Amino acid sequence: MKVKSPLEVYNFLPRTNCKECGYETCMSFASHILDRSAKVFDCKPLVRDAENDAKAKEKLEKLVELTSPEIAEVVVGVGSSALKIGGEEVLHRHELTFFNPTAFFYDVWDSLEDKKIDERCDRVVSYKKFYVGKYLTLDGFAVRCTSNDPKRFAEVAKKVAGYGKPMVLIALNPECMKSALEVVADQRPLIYAATEGNWKEFLKLALDYKVPVVLRAKDLNLLKSLAVTFRSAGVKDIVLDPVTEPIGEGLQGTFERVIQLRRKAILDGDKDVAYPIMVTPIAAWMIEGDEVTKAYWETVIASMFIVKYADAMIFHSIDQHVVMPTLTLRFNIYTDPRTPVQVAPGLREINNPTPDDPVFITTNFALTYYTVENDLNSAKIRGWLLVMNTEGIGVEASVAGGKFTASKVKDLINETKIGEKVKHRYLVIPGLAARLQGAIEDETGWKVLVGPIDSGRLKGWMEEKWPPKK
Amino acid sequence: MAKKFTLEDFLALLKKYDVEVLEDVKIDGELEIELEGSAVDLSAFTALYSLLSEFGNFLYHANMALTYLQRLSTMLGIPTPFQVQMPAISAPAPAVVPTEVVKVPEVKLPERLIEAKFEAPKVEYPGYIEEVVLGATRADGGTREYVVKLGGEKSLAFYTFDKPQPNLPAIAIDVFDRPPALAKAVKVHYEDVVGSPSEWAKKCVKKFGADMVTIHLVSTDPLLENTPASEAVKVVEDVLQAVKCPIVIGGSGNKEKDPEVLEKAAEVAEGERVMLASATLDMDWQRICEAAKKYGHVVLSWTQMDINNQKMLNRYLLKRANMPRNSIVMDPTTAALGYGLDYAFTNMERIRLSGLKGDNELNFPISSGTTNAWGAREAWMVDSPLEGDTPWGPRELRGPIWEIVTGLTLSLAGVDMFMMMHPLAVAVLKEVFNMLSGKTKGNVADAGKWIFAEV
Ligand code: B12
Ligand code: SF4
Repeated sequence: MKVKSPLEVYNFLPRTNCKECGYETCMSFASHILDRSAKVFDCKPLVRDAENDAKAKEKLEKLVELTSPEIAEVVVGVGSSALKIGGEEVLHRHELTFFNPTAFFYDVWDSLEDKKIDERCDRVVSYKKFYVGKYLTLDGFAVRCTSNDPKRFAEVAKKVAGYGKPMVLIALNPECMKSALEVVADQRPLIYAATEGNWKEFLKLALDYKVPVVLRAKDLNLLKSLAVTFRSAGVKDIVLDPVTEPIGEGLQGTFERVIQLRRKAILDGDKDVAYPIMVTPIAAWMIEGDEVTKAYWETVIASMFIVKYADAMIFHSIDQHVVMPTLTLRFNIYTDPRTPVQVAPGLREINNPTPDDPVFITTNFALTYYTVENDLNSAKIRGWLLVMNTEGIGVEASVAGGKFTASKVKDLINETKIGEKVKHRYLVIPGLAARLQGAIEDETGWKVLVGPIDSGRLKGWMEEKWPPKK
Repeated sequence: MAKKFTLEDFLALLKKYDVEVLEDVKIDGELEIELEGSAVDLSAFTALYSLLSEFGNFLYHANMALTYLQRLSTMLGIPTPFQVQMPAISAPAPAVVPTEVVKVPEVKLPERLIEAKFEAPKVEYPGYIEEVVLGATRADGGTREYVVKLGGEKSLAFYTFDKPQPNLPAIAIDVFDRPPALAKAVKVHYEDVVGSPSEWAKKCVKKFGADMVTIHLVSTDPLLENTPASEAVKVVEDVLQAVKCPIVIGGSGNKEKDPEVLEKAAEVAEGERVMLASATLDMDWQRICEAAKKYGHVVLSWTQMDINNQKMLNRYLLKRANMPRNSIVMDPTTAALGYGLDYAFTNMERIRLSGLKGDNELNFPISSGTTNAWGAREAWMVDSPLEGDTPWGPRELRGPIWEIVTGLTLSLAGVDMFMMMHPLAVAVLKEVFNMLSGKTKGNVADAGKWIFAEV
């Protein structure tokens, strides 16, 4: 974004502090524009003025331009599953944060028999992995035209669209692409790809069907030419694919192209290349070797470019040793480094506990809390879970850093009145907080039981240790 | 120099790790990290508890060095090995779209591409990362066959388009002086050597291509065997005899005992230019530094994920202990993928950028205890303990990739030296480093083949 201080935004606002945007003051709204937690259009008075007055409209457009992200934001898909890609501002996450996680599209190809297609699609839509309080899921499909048959491609595109996820349509043959667009253009698929050979036809398709388009070229001069040509013909939703070469010098070159594209856009402010970047880890399947080698290599390529700037990716493998690490890495790289992920402290009742059930204590770091909560639920353990405010720090670090202390345990016991809810006086603490055992007993008068190091082992622990032998 | 490692070798190596027999799969998420088979009651034995908590520590506290065993290095010396058994579907010629179905577009379509030139940006930093040499050959008064150089960068990792990468990251494999607690997938590779640190070290170098080894003197821990320093360091002599690579010597992580142990180790390794792991803020770092200076070694400056603490400790080492600038390596702490990797990555990236921008208290090579990745339950558990999860698949495949992705991510933040354990993870990371730095030639014949191929 071009503006650097809230004051610059403030000057464009009505400055009435009317609160319609939900913020107390125009200044506060301006600072939220700057960290991108508010949108210019949330200032309704500004929008209303623009509707009635040409000058105000110009002003609004100027503000939108000044506050738009450095990298264009492109939407793929429609409705609640639509994905935003791009929209980034910085080269290093600590400089602000990364915004739109790399979109993961999974391979389906049209020469596969229908039953197999359904199997793959089912696996993608039903996939889930619990992490920090929610399930991580997969984003969408990449439908490839391996048949080179327009009819079949359209049929499969339609079938896959039925799964309700965003799609990338993959065919270099414009006839095939057109035939698929005829049936699924209303799903706003991303079309892949316009190249030096087919760009005219693809330009026409992008305009006619109003769909976002990937431009593919290894030569960055050519890639930029394509982008400038498409943009000046009226195509705004552009994604750049600088061609993923999976190994050797090819991989080195790919690394360079991806980084240079993003640096050019952000350091030099070159709008002609300030678009989302597509990387295709699926290219790893073209190297020699067995399935494990290829899958591992696909993970390697994906990881490299999740860290460095890919906004969308096409994967072939849907095996866990590819999916789980890449999904987790994406989550890690795209969490907002400005705020530790935390949950509200207090008392949680797990599985309708009775006054005889155990009292556990943990921290309010989201990763810790949700791990513990889910382990308890999965193991069908009934109990009372005290959640201590450690300012979003996990068990071991907060014990070491003095944010998990005996006196804070005492305060939490008092605040939550847990003593009135249970008949016993036993508190189960995390194994990693064992060193606080004595201190907590002294402070609170409760008997402290040291639980396992990993809450995933609470089930076995309970069988042995609960109810406690007097 | 050494034998060239070909794609075939690489693939053969990888194949060995193909889905291993899963006879012992139990879907209960039971921990594979055993402590000599005993079930440990934490509440009863504080000593054992801290031993357990040291698990993280000693896997992690492995501080290592590096070098390039060109053995695995030039891995894919292959021009185009990709005559794959894929049905060759030829790229269709761009078809002419029949005019009658085309709606007349409102915009006039361009006839030819608008010319544009992409001028790649160049980034130069005022600073540089110190180059630290580990190991000493005969010429320098030691007995190592080669040295390992860390650091020396003037740009971000693998940004060879800004500046050449002077040294690739090196990999050290962990060796322990007593049988350690290890995840099963790791343990199977070391079962035959756990009793003998020198055999263990040999295996790391000869079989798994380690650039260096780290010998962790864990048994010196007062809560374990409490081996006296003078006795423990005999293992160091054995290892120096057994392998000719540069070595790293780690203590037990005990803040009181480590200075004494490392001092003694420095003495027996005189002239070999080892790395002493580690000096931390809450111990007698001065004593470790004195020993390092006296016997010509390098010190690992280890802090816990805090750039300011790292800067402070480095400053103490430089200003108060007068360590030479070419004898400090930093360990800013590694957290596993999914367990704080975001913090570790950003902390290291910030440290590296500060160094490049000219902060001369942070411009030292970085080391990572990548073995920490095995602490993540996704790496070692048989399956998810949660019912809602899609099954996790064979852990034999998940574990190594967890170590690979953790290391790979941190290599992009600027890590110069990895302390690792799984041989497959070691091999894959080396391959990645060779490719990103341009050491591995070769390419696929057609980078667009996946578009049409039936995989
Ligand atoms: C990420 C991390 C950080 C992050 C914290 C991010 C965060 N939001 O928590 C940051 C960078 C901020 C950090 C800071 C510090 N850290 Co730190 N950090 C880590 C790291 C790498 C991972 C910790 C983690 O997130 N684990 C994952 C979570 C989910 O685990 P958890 O909270 O422990 O929960 C599990 C168990 O405890 C258990 N559990 C949880 N609740 C309950 C409840 C019951 C009843 C039971 C039975 C079980 C249970 O099950 C959970 C799931 O497995 C570890 C090293 C490592 N690899 O483990 C060091 C580590 C924990 N940090 C450490 C230290 C020393 C610190 C600092 C004090 C450093 C400093 N000098 O500033 C500060 C303190 C911060 C503060 N002000 O309080 C040390 C602790 C050493 C020790 N044993 O005393 C560690 C072990 C590193 C090391 N090897 O030295 N750290
Ligand atoms: S809606 Fe607009 S005018 Fe009203 S307070 Fe918000 S920013 Fe100011």
